[in-house]
Amino acid sequence: MSLLEEPIRELGRRLREREISAVELAQAALARIEAVDPAVGAFLRVTPELAMEAAVAADRTLATDPGGAAALCGIPVAYKDLICTKGVETTAASRILEGFVPPYSATVVERLAALGAVPLGKLNCDEFAMGSSNENSAYQITRNPWDLERVPGGSSGGSAAAVAARLACATLGSDTGGSIRLPASFTGVVGVKPTYGRVSRYGLIAFASSLDQIGPLTKTVEDAALVMTAISGRDPRDSTSVEAPLDGFLEDLHRGVEGLRLGVPREYLEVGIEPGVRKVFDQAVSSLERMGAVVEEVSLPSTEFALSAYYVIAPAEVSSNLARMDGVRFGPGFAGAKNLREAYETARHQGFGEEVRRRIILGAYALSSGYYDAYYLRAQQVRTLVARDFEQAFAKVDAIVSPTAPTAAFRLGERTADPLAMYGTDVLTLPANLAGISGISVPAGFAAGLPVGLQVLGPYLGESICFRIAHSVETESRLWQQLPPVAGLAG
Amino acid sequence: MAAQSKTSPGSGSIALSEVAHVSNLARLGLTEEELVKLAAQLELIVAAVGKLSQADVSGVEATAQVGQARNVTRPDQVAPGLSAAEALANAATTEAGFLRVPAIQ
Repeated sequence: MSLLEEPIRELGRRLREREISAVELAQAALARIEAVDPAVGAFLRVTPELAMEAAVAADRTLATDPGGAAALCGIPVAYKDLICTKGVETTAASRILEGFVPPYSATVVERLAALGAVPLGKLNCDEFAMGSSNENSAYQITRNPWDLERVPGGSSGGSAAAVAARLACATLGSDTGGSIRLPASFTGVVGVKPTYGRVSRYGLIAFASSLDQIGPLTKTVEDAALVMTAISGRDPRDSTSVEAPLDGFLEDLHRGVEGLRLGVPREYLEVGIEPGVRKVFDQAVSSLERMGAVVEEVSLPSTEFALSAYYVIAPAEVSSNLARMDGVRFGPGFAGAKNLREAYETARHQGFGEEVRRRIILGAYALSSGYYDAYYLRAQQVRTLVARDFEQAFAKVDAIVSPTAPTAAFRLGERTADPLAMYGTDVLTLPANLAGISGISVPAGFAAGLPVGLQVLGPYLGESICFRIAHSVETESRLWQQLPPVAGLAG
Repeated sequence: MAAQSKTSPGSGSIALSEVAHVSNLARLGLTEEELVKLAAQLELIVAAVGKLSQADVSGVEATAQVGQARNVTRPDQVAPGLSAAEALANAATTEAGFLRVPAIQ
């Protein structure tokens, strides 16, 4: 078995006992990327020098103080290209940031580096994280490791595909409306959308600031809990980050689901779930019941308005956040422009892809005088209703379970001509972002050979209950031990 | 733009001139052809999100931000930051420690 196929805790044990070295592990990861990634396209850039440097340092720590070394010391990781890495080009998969080399690292990158994690490189995503398939990247297509003619989901598609193909032990993505959970579901990996404020957003290139959260994608739930333990917590550089205990992230994993009350939202099953996905979901629910969970129906009545509210609020924040992309302080610039207006227009016209333009226009429109009350204000009121729905549900149940997405991975090109069809992909994930609650997608089965995820939503700061339920599902299914066909390219 | 030329919210029809106006405000530099295509797409999207008009939001407060944080402040203390050279390192054109851009007119 390749080293990259082993869970983080097992690798950590082998590293501390000096059975393997961090340098060997990094070399194994880099070799796999070289062999497999040309077929997948997860990485926008690989950083072998930085990886080897960090691996050598990790080996030093592991040799001198194996007991004190962090759980992630020597573990190969990679970052969505929306996350700033000091000295390493960070583009948000957009032309407008081509060549941008951040002068600082995101807090999450600093935290993982301080623990001795080994950075392999930067991962493809939809441009500025706007998309559900990775097809909006200005640079390359990322393919689904389970079927190379299909999308990996988005927007953290590179982050998900890299873990699915076992090119990294853990990756970080960001989730604004489902951008971690959706690709996790499509590629058969675990993806966490933390509670809003749980993880610092400092150094995350902003898409929709009131919805964005950074979170991990991993092979197993325990791996995800390990990474979450490392990256969570208050950061003075993100005033929306919260200090909250991480109680139970790891300790509660093995407690099972006996006696837990799980709610299935009636409205989530009415959005046109594909029969194959529904079957996997029903089996997962039966399995949770067999393990002792009490499953009941709950109602989230504002679900029918959540998608509309999201596609007003997120673009409104986009139109404001992306105003800073003007070609002046970063990006390829505005060669030949005769005046300042032309400079801005040149940089932005050449720099932004179609979806980004669409959302800027939509957001500016929804915020413009005469439409503000009808769209933006009303969307924010609906946001309150969505959050209240969850509060009422969590008064009755410990967690909510649903399919992560209505379908399994769709074909490349299938939805690119129809923005509304693409937006609908997020219908089951985005309500959690509007409400700011915690969630996870865990592999639950296959539909016609394609992975299908189970979404577990927990209350505000309720990650530990999500981990516990997802871990039970995973322990029963052992799905993480199944590898996609493309992994065979590693030889 | 005169208020009369605006289309009513939720009606699902958007004038090309409105899209051109918003594109201009956002400095997107779109061509006529791009504007026509975007206007058609925007019309569909706006018609879809027009569903919001059916939600009963009477007396419901707006939520701009979730979570518990309210008015987070800190002492205003001098701390190390980026040097001017670092801050300018990614700029397309600089001069004497400043960003250089074309004149407004």
